[in-house]
Amino acid sequence: MCLAIPMQVVEIKGGADVLLDPQIALVENDGIRKEIRLEMADRIPLVGEYVIIHAGFAIHTLTVEDAEYNLSLMRQMAESLEQQGRLPGVSE
Amino acid sequence: MKCADGFRSREITAPLVEEIRRNLTRPLRIMEVCGTHTMSIFRHGIRSLLPEGLTLLSGPGCPVCVTPTGHIDAFVAAARLPQVTIATFGDLIRVPGSNGSLATARAAGARVEIVYSPMDALTLAQQEPERMVLFPAIGFETTAPTIAATILQAEQLGLTNFLIIAAGKTIPQALEALMADPELQVDGLLCPGHVSAIIGSEAYRPLAEKHHLGCAVAGFEPADILAGLLSLIRQSNAGTPQVDNCYTRAVTASGNIRAQALIDEVFAPADSEWRGLGTIPGSGLALREKYCQFDGMRRLAIPLHPTKEPKGCRCGDILKGRLLPPDCPLYGRTCTPLQPVGPCMVSNEGTCAAYYRYSGQKESRR
Repeated sequence: MCLAIPMQVVEIKGGADVLLDPQIALVENDGIRKEIRLEMADRIPLVGEYVIIHAGFAIHTLTVEDAEYNLSLMRQMAESLEQQGRLPGVSE
Repeated sequence: MKCADGFRSREITAPLVEEIRRNLTRPLRIMEVCGTHTMSIFRHGIRSLLPEGLTLLSGPGCPVCVTPTGHIDAFVAAARLPQVTIATFGDLIRVPGSNGSLATARAAGARVEIVYSPMDALTLAQQEPERMVLFPAIGFETTAPTIAATILQAEQLGLTNFLIIAAGKTIPQALEALMADPELQVDGLLCPGHVSAIIGSEAYRPLAEKHHLGCAVAGFEPADILAGLLSLIRQSNAGTPQVDNCYTRAVTASGNIRAQALIDEVFAPADSEWRGLGTIPGSGLALREKYCQFDGMRRLAIPLHPTKEPKGCRCGDILKGRLLPPDCPLYGRTCTPLQPVGPCMVSNEGTCAAYYRYSGQKESRR
């Protein structure tokens, strides 16, 4: 149920009306875009910052430095697993 | 002891594995509480990297797996009502109740839609005002605030056709009940990442102190998990169990205060039945009376019946870490991922499903 990949905020939308037009974040990672609710974010992220998401809601915001560092390590891990033929999802 | 953030590459995992080998001086049993940890441990082959003597037990942290059959029956009963559309997380749909699943109800004509977020269920209710849209509200502290926020939004919009069946649960109370069981031998807890992002790492301190039990909060990547395990081994060696937050990029000591406030606004603690663990005091999340107009059980007059586990199913013992999946007589025989009997085989975060898919052990040892 938990998704560990931080997604980058590309736009903050709405906010004209707390009830009918609440603030939401448009987020992206590797070509996937989603609209994410911000009611439970620890703070409202800036465009360019990252959020950790659960069931369509941002639960934690990350600064660009934190997230880039984490993502680069994740990519390195995927590459090293791929070289060993052990990438998750690849059948054995 | 400080676990740095973001250990993920093999250059980092290999030294961690070596460090674990060097530090493990006696057999240890560690419970990974969270279903996403279970899945990650299997998918990345972490068990095969660990030295003999370090045993990983899967705990009760898969929401689908701990939802009792009575609640599944209630979801299915709601689905069979002609005016009701069920909007559910996907992993719930194939879980068999005592008389069919949401999937079999759908095959028989019921409207059952898979949604990614409770907010999608709310959107469906707005689009189809002539139907009652019911969201089966399973999950832990991570999911509960998303449901609470959805209910508050429904209230503000004045929607009367959005309902939930409150079946949420809270992790610390279940861990306390488990650790009080003298039969369960656990030397340390690998605590869930995103539940802890909400409740905060300090939520485990009473558990660590009362049971003299090491706790490490860990993220979901291989190196996160290895760092958590290493922390637990070192805590055990030092004889000073504590709470070590190894997932500082998402988890703080006090957690997400806004999310905690959302849970508290909409839900009240209640006794709750856990599949395999029985009823645990204060471990459930019931709708507060103020929000009873969203209570699907009440509005649709759905009864909650006591139920029995399927004959032979050992999910309860597996959720407590007492048995491994191949110790269940049904495993790989009548219970497989294609034809699951128990919930641990249904959810892809269930211990049995992960074991079946990744371990190579496809048959029961019984």
